[in-house]
Amino acid sequence: MNPLTDTDALPPETETPTENPTVGIDQTAGNFSYDVNYEFDAGTGLNERTIDYISSVKKEATWIREFRHKALKTFQFMPLPTHWATKDLENINFDKIRYYLSQGQKPKRTWEEVPDDIKKTFERLGIPEQERKFLSGVEAQFDSEAAYSNIKDIVAKQGVIFCNSTQALREHPEIFRKWFGKVIPTSDNKFSALNSAVFSGGSFIYVPPGIKVAQPLQAYFRINAENFGQFERTLIIVDEGSELTYMEGCTAPKFSTSTLHSAVVELVALKGAKIQYITVQNWASNVYNLVTKRGLAHEEAEIKWIDCNLGSRLTMKYPGVVLKGRKARGEVISIALANDGQHQDTGAKMVHAADETTSTIVSKSISVGQGRATYRGVVHIPKHLKGCKNNTECDALLINTNSRTDTYPAITVRGDQHAVQHEASVSKVSEEQIFYMQQRGLTEGQAMSLSVNGFINDLARQFPMEYSVELKRLIDLEMEGSVG
Amino acid sequence: MSAPTLPATKSIIGAFTAEAFAEHLATQKSAPSWWLDRKRAAYEKFAALPLPSRTDEAWRFSNIGSLTLDGFAPTPVSDLKPEIQKPFGLPALTFFNNLPISDRSSKSDLTAKGVIVTTLAEATTQHADLLKAHFMAQPQKLGSEKFAALHTAFVGDGAFIYIPRGVEIAEPIIITHAASGDGTAVFPHTLVIAEENSKVVVVDHFVSADASAHFACGANDLYAGHGARLTYVAAQAWSADTLSFQFNSTVVRRDARIQSLNLHLGARQARHESLSQLQAPGAFSEMLALTVAGKTQEFDQRTLQIHQAPNTKSDLLYKNALNDSSKTIFSGLIIVDPDAQKTDAYQSNRNLMLSEEAEINSLPGLEIQANDVRCTHGSTTSRVDAEQLYYLQSRGIPPKTARQLLIFGFFEEVLNRLENEPLHDALRGLIETKLKNQ
Repeated sequence: MNPLTDTDALPPETETPTENPTVGIDQTAGNFSYDVNYEFDAGTGLNERTIDYISSVKKEATWIREFRHKALKTFQFMPLPTHWATKDLENINFDKIRYYLSQGQKPKRTWEEVPDDIKKTFERLGIPEQERKFLSGVEAQFDSEAAYSNIKDIVAKQGVIFCNSTQALREHPEIFRKWFGKVIPTSDNKFSALNSAVFSGGSFIYVPPGIKVAQPLQAYFRINAENFGQFERTLIIVDEGSELTYMEGCTAPKFSTSTLHSAVVELVALKGAKIQYITVQNWASNVYNLVTKRGLAHEEAEIKWIDCNLGSRLTMKYPGVVLKGRKARGEVISIALANDGQHQDTGAKMVHAADETTSTIVSKSISVGQGRATYRGVVHIPKHLKGCKNNTECDALLINTNSRTDTYPAITVRGDQHAVQHEASVSKVSEEQIFYMQQRGLTEGQAMSLSVNGFINDLARQFPMEYSVELKRLIDLEMEGSVG
Repeated sequence: MSAPTLPATKSIIGAFTAEAFAEHLATQKSAPSWWLDRKRAAYEKFAALPLPSRTDEAWRFSNIGSLTLDGFAPTPVSDLKPEIQKPFGLPALTFFNNLPISDRSSKSDLTAKGVIVTTLAEATTQHADLLKAHFMAQPQKLGSEKFAALHTAFVGDGAFIYIPRGVEIAEPIIITHAASGDGTAVFPHTLVIAEENSKVVVVDHFVSADASAHFACGANDLYAGHGARLTYVAAQAWSADTLSFQFNSTVVRRDARIQSLNLHLGARQARHESLSQLQAPGAFSEMLALTVAGKTQEFDQRTLQIHQAPNTKSDLLYKNALNDSSKTIFSGLIIVDPDAQKTDAYQSNRNLMLSEEAEINSLPGLEIQANDVRCTHGSTTSRVDAEQLYYLQSRGIPPKTARQLLIFGFFEEVLNRLENEPLHDALRGLIETKLKNQ
């Protein structure tokens, strides 16, 4: 490892933070932010030195440093995918983004300073007191240490490794390196390249053969490790015959200091393994959330993505499964809610690469106000395979007259041994239903949210109970402002 | 951070050089100046625009490597009297290598009603205003701006059909566009204007008189005025080595209805673009297509249904049956404009795979900006149903016949939408012939 030669790249070490850092509340975007001092800060912009800085701070091995450098070159070379994607991507100013921040101290922000509407939202969503403080930035870290070490101990008894990716790189390089970047190559897209260059944080999980992890592992448990979320890198390997459920995110509006979030999540399900990956995304409405998620399913393995997108300004996320082994199964369940100023560009990608593989995509989106929900999907069945099946259903609900929805699936099938079907429909909330409910004494808003909740009910049921309860309350909140 | 530019390997104008264009203009001596000006402008546009590239979303999945414009004869000359098939009966107009060859069978009863069935050449002087308003007047939104400009620049002649207000014609008007000779470039054009409350059936038949490789770059403009009913059927049966482009524009006015059915049989690579604009309440566009693909053929179909007014309806059904290592691409989009409430739009692509090597690509798309709509689309891909096949065999029908029956069953759903029985039979006959020869 090369020691840093250019010390200018390092920030001055701020030993003692000022008692009360300036609190800048920006409510213009409907959200808020505050200034904090960071122990490690790579400054704005991205170049070779940023990479060296991150690598040095994290004390990484040479191979990973080289990996980052190579990824940076790929990132710089690749164009933005605006020939198919929204032009809104051009508004990202890559030079003004901080690519690495590590919080060394707690921000000093009092509960009184949290905007009322946020407090109200927490109240309505029924978020526990402890979590509210964390989510609103009163506490930089949700005090989950106890919960984390507890769950870690439980699963460790089964031989499960559950830690953050930085730690995994140091402690389990043999497993990490074998699968790292194998499911999603650096050059997969511009943002996976960016993540490969500057990643930090994210989970690493390894489940040994024949283990069924009883309780879902949650990103929640370990988010205090680093400034979570921005360039997360998650790698989950579930060995033969094992089962795992993983959850990330939460339904509460999440405070964020950065405007670009670009995670990469790789899943590997070995023979007969099952992985269920649940995401609830509710970033602030100024955030670009450009995420690459893909799983590799070996023989008879099953990978299921349950993806719920509520927040952010622009989300582009198409969880995928590469069905590599015979009889592998892939599934994507997607819920998207786009309100004013939001564009939820979500979908799924199913690549069949073995005989008798099956995949299912169910997507439901709701556009409110001037929100725009887009479904984009790929189903690919190459030559010389037998008995592959795909079933895709996309339903879009438009709430207001100026709401917008798009559907852009792409299906390729080679050979006559397969059955593939895609169906999509667009509708609005039935006036008759609303009328009926109003007649029974519900307000229009209540009727509307009941109807919308009914629309996503069969998908919401697949979420863990506490998530689906929060989801329901959140939809109630969003619907309130949309009528009348 | 600039990507290296690859050296241009293909000429973007190919055989359609400035000299070739000048030569073509020389054949249009009798045309009025506005027509020539349009052609010149189109040629400039054609020459300036690049060929489709790998990252063009409008050309996704298409084989753009084989889209060469080299080696064609832009102004073919031939004095042969070709033997041209007439599956639809006697054509009203026949064009051979861009020029009209038969005296049009001007039926006096039609002429008496004010119906005009004539050539573009004549229309440029006799019906200039109508031609100006409708000839290639709609935007090219489906990726082939360049080739559509090429069409306008080089179009030699074509059919001009005008049905006046309130006139109903039961007999289909048949137009044949034929080509022969190696490297021949043809630019067939059919323009149909159906005025208020009129009714007409127009058939375009594209056919090769020999098996040589042609370049066909055709277009049709369909316009249905207030309450008009227009049925348009196109049967494309170019030779197996032909490179074919066909651009359709469908404009439907208030309470009018256009039904179009495209049968794709010929060419090595055929791209068909169809744009339906529903401009006023009550407009209805029914878009149908059948493709029988075999050998290494590629059929590339791009459609766009734009609902520009409230209470409009569109219904698309494209069916492909694929043999051998053929390939089809269906890329459709329904756009519902912000004010087009009460839109009813449907889009369906059904693919029947008949071989292990065949490939389908299906991109059914929606862009909806109004909430009170009924929009659905679907895409399915499957093979001949084993159970149905078994049933037919158990009734004593040999496997080969049973399979044929089922394939026809697949097509019948589309053919049955045609009201005209003889037309239905003629199309069925063409499909039968193609399937037999495979």
